[in-house]
Parts: sequence; C-alpha cells; structure tokens
Amino acid sequence: MNARTLPLLATLAIFLVAYAVCYAQFPAMLSTRVIGNLLTDNAFLGIVAVGMTFVILSGGIDLSVGSVIAFSGVFIAVLLRDTGLHPLIVFAVLLVVTTAFGAAMGAIIHGLEMPPFIVTLAGMFLARGMAYVFSIDSVPITHEFYDTLQDLYWLMPGKGRLTLIGGTMLVVFLAGIVVAHWTRFGTNVYALGGGAQTAHLMGVPVGRTTIAIYALSGFLAGLSGIVFSIYTSAGYSLATVGVELDAIAAVVIGGTLLTGGSGFVAGTLIGVLIMGLIQTYIIFDGTLSSWWTKILIGVLLFAFIALQKGLVWLTSRERRSPAGAR
Amino acid sequence: MTESQPLLSARAVTKVFPGTVALDKVDFTLHAGEVHALLGENGAGKSTLIKCLTGAYRRDSGEIVLDGRAIDPRNTLEAQSFGIGTVYQEVNLLPNLSVAENLYLGHQPTRWGLITGAAMKAGARRTLSQYGLDIDVSRNLEEFSVAVQQVVAIARAVSLSGKVLILDEPTASLDAQEVRLLFDVVRSLKERGLGIVFISHFLDQVFEISDRITVLRNGRLVGTQMAAELDRVNLVNMMLGRELVEETRQSGRTERPDGPPLIRFSNFGRAGKIAPFDLDIRKGEVIGVAGLLGSGRTETAEVLFGVSAHDSGSAVEGEETLPLGTPRNAIAHGFGFCPEDRKSDGIIGDLSVRENIVLALQARLGWTRPVPAREQAAMAEEFIGRLDIRTPNAEKPVGQLSGGNQQKVILARWLATNPRFLILDEPTRGIDVGAHAEIIRLIEELCEQGMALLVISSELDELVAYSHRVIVVRDRHHVAELAGEDITTDNMVAAIAAPEREDA
Repeated sequence: MNARTLPLLATLAIFLVAYAVCYAQFPAMLSTRVIGNLLTDNAFLGIVAVGMTFVILSGGIDLSVGSVIAFSGVFIAVLLRDTGLHPLIVFAVLLVVTTAFGAAMGAIIHGLEMPPFIVTLAGMFLARGMAYVFSIDSVPITHEFYDTLQDLYWLMPGKGRLTLIGGTMLVVFLAGIVVAHWTRFGTNVYALGGGAQTAHLMGVPVGRTTIAIYALSGFLAGLSGIVFSIYTSAGYSLATVGVELDAIAAVVIGGTLLTGGSGFVAGTLIGVLIMGLIQTYIIFDGTLSSWWTKILIGVLLFAFIALQKGLVWLTSRERRSPAGAR
Repeated sequence: MTESQPLLSARAVTKVFPGTVALDKVDFTLHAGEVHALLGENGAGKSTLIKCLTGAYRRDSGEIVLDGRAIDPRNTLEAQSFGIGTVYQEVNLLPNLSVAENLYLGHQPTRWGLITGAAMKAGARRTLSQYGLDIDVSRNLEEFSVAVQQVVAIARAVSLSGKVLILDEPTASLDAQEVRLLFDVVRSLKERGLGIVFISHFLDQVFEISDRITVLRNGRLVGTQMAAELDRVNLVNMMLGRELVEETRQSGRTERPDGPPLIRFSNFGRAGKIAPFDLDIRKGEVIGVAGLLGSGRTETAEVLFGVSAHDSGSAVEGEETLPLGTPRNAIAHGFGFCPEDRKSDGIIGDLSVRENIVLALQARLGWTRPVPAREQAAMAEEFIGRLDIRTPNAEKPVGQLSGGNQQKVILARWLATNPRFLILDEPTRGIDVGAHAEIIRLIEELCEQGMALLVISSELDELVAYSHRVIVVRDRHHVAELAGEDITTDNMVAAIAAPEREDA
C-alpha cells in the first residue's frame, strides 16, 4: 500500500466508525435529511477549507480567511442596502476584491520572503478592520434574489434537501480535486510543499505559484463569504471569528501534513464532515454541552498529528532498507 | 577519445569573491563520450568551477564554449536548456512526489490542460528501463533507496539537457553495490556520447570510472592527465601538494612525551562513520590526523566528542570507563572540539566576542550559575590579549570579524573551559597566512602546557610541523600510525594513496 494514502484511509475509517456509532444510537442520523443539513451547515467551512488545503499543501498557512468571510458578508449586506446593484454584480466585485487581497498577500510572502504566518495574520486584522469600517452592526440582507437562492434545492430520495450552498461546496471540492491532481499547477503546489528551493531548481515558477495559491485561497474565502451570507441572510463584522482555525483543523484531520507536500483535497471534505458529524451528534443527544465539539476536535487533532509523526517515522525507517532497487 | 573539437571547453575562467580568488584562470575541456574526474580538496575551486559551468555563479572572466558556441548561462535552468545537467550528492528531487512526477515536473504531458497520468507513467517507465530500473513509478520517490533516487535524478537531468552531465559527489552516500549500479548507468551514458564530469573523494572510484583527471588546488589548475597514465601517489601529491614556503621541519617531533596515557580509547567506532580504532592520548602530545576529505577524519573527531555516539568500544581513564555518548558528557570530562565548518557549527555570528567565549563555560556550569558579568569581561579581555584576537572591543559581533579571528574566538571558547583534551578540525582552513602561523604557534604552546590535542588538517606540512604522532585515515579506517621521524609528507602521501586498506 502506498504510504501517502494511509492518512486519507485513516480519516475515512474514523468517519465511517463515527457515523456507525451515531447510527447505532440515533438511527435517524442516516436519513438524507441529516446528510443534507450536514452539507448545508458546513458549506462555508468546506469551501474555505479547500483553499486552506492548497495553502497547507504548499507549506504555508492562511490565517486571514475567517476575517475575509466576515468582511464579505458585511460588504455584500452594505452594498445591497445602500446601492441598487444586483447581488450577482456585488458577488463579482467581491470575488475580485478578495482574490486580489489573497494575491497581494502571496506576493508579499514571496517577494519579501516573509513567513506566511505573519503576512496572513496582518491580513486577518486588516480584513476584520475593513469589515468594521463598513458597519459595526449586523446588517440584514432582504433582497428578493436572496430568497430565490435560499429556496433552491434538489430533493434527494428520502426528502433530504441538497441546498444550493451545500451543492456549491461539493462542486468546489470536485474542482479542487481536479486542480490538485490533474493540473501542472496542482503538482507545483505539492512541489513547493516538498521543498521550495528544490522546486525552484527543478524549474517550478515559485513566485507565480505562491501568488496563485493565496489568490485561490482569497477567492474561495470570498465565495465562502457569499455562501455564509446566503446561509445567515445577514452581514456581521463579528461573525466567523476563528473559522480559519476550524479550516486548518479540518485540513489536518483530513490527513494533510501540516508541514506541506502531502495530503488530499478529498480528505479535507471528510475532515469537515467529521467535525459536522460531532456537532450533529451533540444536537441529537441534547444533554451535552456544545463545547464537547471543541474537545473532540482537539482530541482528533492530537491523534492525527501523532499518526502523521508515526508515519513519517515508519517511512524513514523503511527507506534504510533499500526498497525497489533491482 | 575523439580528436575533434571538445564538447565543452572552459578557458581561463576566473571567479573572485570578496577577499579570495576562488578560481584563477582555470582551463577545462570535456570530450563527448568521456568521463572526466575533477579532484581537489575543499576550497580548491571544484564547486566554484561547476557552479560557473551550470550558471549558479556568473564567472568574472574567461569563456565557456559548448558544441562550438560560446555560452553564458545566467541560471541553472538556462544551462540545462543549453544541454548541461547536474546531479548533486544531496538528491535534488522532491521526495513527496511520485517518481513519474519527478521525472516530468514542468513537462507533464497534458490533454485539454489536464495531466494525462497514464501517458506520464508509461513514459517514466520507458525512460527508467533504459537505466535498467524497473520500479513502480507511481510511488513516492522517498520510498526508494538513495541509489534509485540518484538514477532518477540522472534520468531527469539527461532527458532535459542531454549533452553534458555533471555528477557532484553522487556516490558519497551509496554502498558498494549501489555504486556499481550507478557506474553501470554512467558507462551506458558514456556510450551514448554524453560528456560526464565526475567529482568524488574516493580515489578507487575515480580510477575505476574516469578517462581523464583534472586536479585543482587553491583555485588554480594543477594539471590534467589521462587516468591510465597517473598513479595514486602522483595524484595525491597533485591534490595536497606542498604549500608552506618555509619548511619548518622535515619530519615530526621526536621528543614524544611518555608516561601513562591520559585516556585510552579501544575499539572505538561507529558503524557507517568510522571503523573501530584504538587510540591513546597523552598529556602534552599532539596527534595529527591526515587523510583526504571524506576519508573519515572528521568522523573520527565527531565520534570521540560524542557528536555521533560511538556504538562499539570504550574510553578508559585509569580504571574508570568514561561515558562519552553526547557532547555534553564529553565536555563534562574535559573535552573540547572546534569543528571544521565554523560558520554553521562553531561561532554564533550575532553574539559578541565576549558571549561567544563564555558560551562553553556557561554551558558546563548550567544556567543556575551564571558567570558574573565582571568575570566574563575579564575572561574576554584575557583571551583577546593572549590569542591576539583583532577586535575593537569585546562587544563586537563575531560575525563581523575575519576568518582567522573567528577561529581564535572558538579556540578561546574552549580554552576558557580549561580542557584536558582538545580536538581541532581544520583549524587553519580559510584564514590568512599570518593568522595561520599564529594558530600553529598556539597549538605548540598549548601542548607545552600539558594539554592533549588531536588536530585534523589537509595540509600535510602543517601536520609535520607540530605532530608527535600522525594517524592516517582512508575509507573510514585508521590505516596507519606514524611517529617521530617517520612523520614526513612522503610517508603520509604513501599511506593515503595505498590502494588496499589491508596492506597498510
């Protein structure tokens, strides 16, 4: 078995076992209604986690995405309230702004050789601050186009609803998988995570790739902001605090190595679903405090980091004994 | 060998770095279908020449002609597109990508913008089969042995460049069987008409694979000869040469201190680093270690000091066995070690002269007993005076001093701990002539005060000047021990050059 698929399989196994445990206690959890809600409730997190997967695969980190989602919500709500623009035009403008924001951070990271942690931390404060500049209060969105969007769904067998935003997340994941594994850009992202210096020597356009990675993350954070505004029908500058950390957790639980170079976009989807599943279980149970979600996610994170360390140790030991040489 | 024009020729290539001339009008020619070995000690200019050829450095003057066309590569990628590919000792591929991805990175076959994985894998299998390698190309590169990775690196370099292949110490981390695999590949490439530059410290391998040999020393060309017409003794003489103008001594010091050994190392060694050896050290004795780069001389020092823990043998002082598994233990038993690469292993450039000097002493005392500021200052002043460290004051960051003065600061650091046994690895490399003589004088002085020293040097004349005994290291074995009048450069060269390690 290929060692690089092991964390993915471990994630999948944990998801299936967790789902089986939930099903044993609450048989209703297997219904398509619960699955539909699971997708809808975690759509914004899933979308932003795809961008985070690319960033982490390249060996970086993007702390700004939570603030960018909040900024997006406020930006949309204020523009819809104060101007007569159609939401689709506002969406387009927003995506240009957040993509450019991400690209600018990527350019600073590459051009000034600054750690992504610091640059995106600055981006985090900047985006949150800009959200406050637009509005301190929560701004409701009452455009009729929003009602149309919220009512769009595909009725799954068993009366579950795959909503527009849930479907958007699945499409983003599919696109992310294709980009990661079937394009040169995707291979370059893995190459950067394997070693930027070596990648440069092998002809990977390091600067262009870095900028594209953070631009992609910014674009998906903007898209996630749109989805979140549809989900909540409001824009609030204090919303989605700490979502960047949830996204990082989903990526790591999904089996991606935090040091970069190894992991799968599909794993992140399962990571997001595991986190959503824990939350759903706690709602079903009804007696547990919702903080148990955080505790379990913390435990899972530790378990995965330990698993990854173990794998690295195992493969490096395997390499001592010559493999594959004839 | 073809009589036609050479595939690659470099004429009067010069490269100057601040303070040193790294390459001084060096000529180098390479024919198609030839393996040409490039030899020299550290700092001889091999890697500078390679970097000028591959575009990693821009040369200051001279010209490089490839296939009759003058070239001036600005970076390694441009050199690669001209036809010059390089494979380094540290495999410069991405361990987290599959073998096929590594071979095709940047050139993946695509259809409608998407990579066609099947075509890529088939192509990779086809390419590697030319090198006698039948492996699962969809597995990550890191799952394969270094030898296989090395062959993949060669395959990538050849497929992207295809005229000149530069192998920079490709065999350094391979075992004998893997070296054979690699050499088969090199021979088949030679038959395909590539020009191959081979850099290695292993003379056996050089004689086995090369057609011609070029030796560099101190940035200058010593000579180029057919491998078949050159014997080992001449080659070692070309590489190490005789550098010190004023010969201080013809043979080693004879007034060897007797008396019981201070510490007796027996059967001391570590697998993969240095074969087990016996060594007695005595008070007031200087033991020299001679050998080519990569022969195991630095490894000897590292095993003695516990940088890499010994896995066989023991160190006995009187009746007591010393635990020497870590540098901390070694320091606790009065050892000191000035490593070869002072920039990365020795000085801490941003700290002041005073702080660097106090470092080892403070480490031994532990953080609960800080050395008082006044004592630190006094200590710094004492060593600055005693070793003649040229610095405006004790608070200057060490990184701003010259190489020779940095070396003295490290020496001062260890002298401050008042060691019984001091190991110096290449104490005189990269420092100017004046400082050179001072360091040698200092070694003699310390020895007179009763300290035991082990000095590693690639300058044989220097070893003759201060050693009571010289150990010769080759292929990670201690192969000879010379004492007193037997210590001459000729004897050392003979021991280094002897072809078989058993008969020494």
